[in-house]
Amino acid sequence: MITQTQSARFNSLSLDCGLVLSPVDVAFETYGELNADKSNAILIEHAFSGDAHAAGADAEGKIGWWDNMIGSGKGFDTDRYFVICSNVLSGCRGTTGPGSINPATGAPYGTTFPGVTIADMVRLQKKLVDRLGIHRLLSVSGGSMGGMQALEWAVSFPDAVASVIPIACTARHSAMQIAFNEVGRQAIMADLDWAGGNYYSGKMPGRGLSVARMVGHITYMSDDSMREKFGRRMRDRDKFGYDFSVDFEVENYLRYRGSQFVDRFDANSYLYITKAMDYFDLSAGYPSLAASFERATCRFLVLSFTSDWLYPSYQSQEIVNALRGRNRDVAYCELESSYGHDAFLVEVKEQAEMVGGFLAQTLKEISRR
Amino acid sequence: MSTKRNGPQVRDILGRSDYTIISGIVEPGSKVLDLGCGEAELLAWLVENKQVQARGVEISGSKVRVAIARGVSVYQGDIEQSLPGYPDQAFDYVILSQTLQQTLHPLEVLREMLRVGRGAIVAFPNFGHWKVRWSHLVSGRAPRTELFPYDWYDSPNIHFLTIDDFERLTSAQGWKLEKRIFLSGHKEVSLLPNLNAEVAVYLFRK
Repeated sequence: MITQTQSARFNSLSLDCGLVLSPVDVAFETYGELNADKSNAILIEHAFSGDAHAAGADAEGKIGWWDNMIGSGKGFDTDRYFVICSNVLSGCRGTTGPGSINPATGAPYGTTFPGVTIADMVRLQKKLVDRLGIHRLLSVSGGSMGGMQALEWAVSFPDAVASVIPIACTARHSAMQIAFNEVGRQAIMADLDWAGGNYYSGKMPGRGLSVARMVGHITYMSDDSMREKFGRRMRDRDKFGYDFSVDFEVENYLRYRGSQFVDRFDANSYLYITKAMDYFDLSAGYPSLAASFERATCRFLVLSFTSDWLYPSYQSQEIVNALRGRNRDVAYCELESSYGHDAFLVEVKEQAEMVGGFLAQTLKEISRR
Repeated sequence: MSTKRNGPQVRDILGRSDYTIISGIVEPGSKVLDLGCGEAELLAWLVENKQVQARGVEISGSKVRVAIARGVSVYQGDIEQSLPGYPDQAFDYVILSQTLQQTLHPLEVLREMLRVGRGAIVAFPNFGHWKVRWSHLVSGRAPRTELFPYDWYDSPNIHFLTIDDFERLTSAQGWKLEKRIFLSGHKEVSLLPNLNAEVAVYLFRK
């Protein structure tokens, strides 16, 4: 499956911060065929550093970030469903973000880009889905920040979703989650090359961004998975260097992942998207989380992983218990895994079985009505 | 076998005669919660054949995975900890099949079932069955039968009850027994059920 990223332009988008962004481009990909009554569309939401390229290989042969879940005969079966994935608002992979040119000035927005929220991201996706002529999505699904967007869909557009599948996520960012994001942001802003966000004509704040990414990667793994993957193994040496060069395999891995990230991600997008996650609290403005789900009428499949300490299972259980308290249709499973938060990208077999059965039943129920 | 077999033959659903009785009680199109639903075989059958709205609670992750893959909305959790999370009278029926004797606080579970559901369906193995009594009498040890096949130290059953025990409790609580069906193998039992029935199935309400 060779895939191509497409683009859609919208005249304007009103944001939670009160500002209006104009115009807004959205990068997206689609897989499979939309059926005649447009009832088989699924929106996939990417996590923090993902993009619209979720499945298949692009022109350069790069495989999509959730290719093991999306495709013919897979969990999100493209023989049966029409799958859409778009890059989030304020991203740096084709959708308008701080690195885009501000038409008013002819220069990149930088930190003059308005602050955004998860709800803003979802409102933009709704425009895209409307443009594609889809009135109701069969499902919205994603892991991590993708799961937060799926939850937001259920509450913001209850009539436009038949089901949501939030995986390894939360209904509100915790102090610990905000704290890790803040470390990442501080690493970027402490890099002199960041220059207040105006670095597009000069040197990228690569050192700060790679440190931010290193912290991120630690939180995506688990003590077990790191012990298994690296242990105390040395990198290309038998003795300590006593010189602060790379001694351990794990150091090499983090440096590699950090420097690799700099080539594909914009530091300002890092700031904006992490803030959007930190602002996320589905229960804001409601007496309780359960009350915030009052509007949500779709089916829910919530999944979490035992070793995920960044988005621990208790946060998923909080969502599920709020839904049970409102007597909503919710299924929940905590999957055994040692991969930590990364598990949702790795532990595919069980996820695919459950997602497949859940989607088939959802399609059956909506066609019965 | 000298078990009294004087009732009609009960066919199996999914290899279990108590499922046949339970599915006979459940009205089409109703809302059903099955506690300890396993892989949701019964719920899937009820969805297919009785068009019920099905929910389940199951503690085993591997069973929950199968249940969800079947398309049934099952919640992975402990029965006793999960029940308080449901609103009052959310279901037409709350089912507890072959699990009452394994709960830590059976009375609390039954009360919660009647809070959450308009009707409660309970099926349990009868500890008063003659084989259980006989096993205990002749061996002088904790009884072991086909119904209660475990050694005392590895049994999941922690609260043993007979049909008489259950009916004393429901009467003391003022609960109305709407249906009671007693089974021995594939036969319904009407004579001396506390002695002759292996399994009892009740539908009761507040």
